[in-house]
Amino acid sequence: MKSFDPRVNRIKPIEEKTEMNIGEAWEPYEVFHQKKRGDHHIHVGSVHAPNAAQALLFAKEQYGRRQNCVNMWVVRTADVTQFQYDDADIFETAIDKEYREAYGFKVRDKINAYKKQQTESK
Amino acid sequence: MYGNGYISPEETAKQKPDPLAGEDLQQLALFEERIARGEKIEPQDWMPKEYRRQLIRMIEQHAHSEVIGALPEGTWITRAPSMKRKLALIAKVQDEIGHAHLLYNAAETLGKSREAMINDLLSGKSKYSNVFNYPATTWADVTVIGFLIDGAAIVNQVINAKGSYGPYCRALERICYEESFHLKQGHDALVHLAVGTKEQRAMLQDALNRWYRPIIHFFGPSDKASVHGTLLMKWKVKMASNDDMRNQFLDQYVPKIRELGLDFPDPKLNKNAEGVWEFSDPNWDEFFATINGNGPCNAERLAVRRWAEEHGRWVRKALINPSQKQVLPLS
Ligand SMILES: [Fe+2]
Ligand SMILES: [Fe+2]
Repeated sequence: MKSFDPRVNRIKPIEEKTEMNIGEAWEPYEVFHQKKRGDHHIHVGSVHAPNAAQALLFAKEQYGRRQNCVNMWVVRTADVTQFQYDDADIFETAIDKEYREAYGFKVRDKINAYKKQQTESK
Repeated sequence: MYGNGYISPEETAKQKPDPLAGEDLQQLALFEERIARGEKIEPQDWMPKEYRRQLIRMIEQHAHSEVIGALPEGTWITRAPSMKRKLALIAKVQDEIGHAHLLYNAAETLGKSREAMINDLLSGKSKYSNVFNYPATTWADVTVIGFLIDGAAIVNQVINAKGSYGPYCRALERICYEESFHLKQGHDALVHLAVGTKEQRAMLQDALNRWYRPIIHFFGPSDKASVHGTLLMKWKVKMASNDDMRNQFLDQYVPKIRELGLDFPDPKLNKNAEGVWEFSDPNWDEFFATINGNGPCNAERLAVRRWAEEHGRWVRKALINPSQKQVLPLS
């Protein structure tokens, strides 16, 4: 095989079968980046790495080579616990949940009614 | 770069007469309703086998195209004509490998291991974009790739980013952001030649002549009539027909070449009264031959890739953590 690319001609390209073994691509880590101090860390994707230190290095290359970034976390994907989408109904707020929202408490009407009553009784 | 707008013929031939055979119809209805509402499908969701199979195939081919696509351009890193061009090219090639990584991840969430995907690339079983089986013989080729091939890829990727599978959309969003730099640096390098000396213009015209046909092939043959296409469109796996994407590309990019006083080597290339671009028969036999392994660089591309895997193996093996777990990336 004669290539147009001199670099290809310097190596010995392999024309017969080659295979990666399962596990050679290591395991996934989830990556979180923080754009600036004061921000939350946000999930941006994952990398494959053999250990956490290496995962940080890959995360920096993959998700930190452009734009602002002041910090990153990596977490072994195998260590993440999550809900199942099939159970999404547990988040449904079918019943009235005003009692845990700011808008569920309206004092102004009561105050106005009270003031009015006070004025009238004078 | 480089989505694959086409359904490769082999896959179409493998297509079962009823791709929905054996599916739970109630689940299927919920799945289709979710997509119709514009909601994304996430990896843990129930999905039809055919949806999973087609997405794996498509995202995997896209990932392979990024990896192999780095080779023709990589050839020119050591011979870039200036420091600025060299820096831009290194950054672009690194981005492309990063895109491959994002896409392999997205495909993995569907259950195929990265090792299995790489093995299917190395054995020739998986396809990748036809354009990378052509050599980049001059610097002008690099500028044409950067501007027109990346431009074509962006058309494809922006459309696909509106698809139904969450992980693929997320990967594409990030990719499209970086592609805008690829396009800009490609355009800049191409215009530099176009407004340069007679020799530079001639070199650029020669590159346009050679890349015209692969570019027309890029989006794949016409697929308007394909029944298979309709199911994939309903599931928002495929977001536009090959012809529509190609037409959008020609509409955007032909004027940008013509305004430089240059043109593609096709006297029939013109927009008709209905706003549709017409072009000469681009020889689809050549397209099929190339996709199936017989293009000018197929053997070399895979041989180089195999060399890289072989020579990186000792590093990967030395670092393996014996307690590592085989799990799928989350999203
Ligand atoms: Fe890319
Ligand atoms: Fe690109």
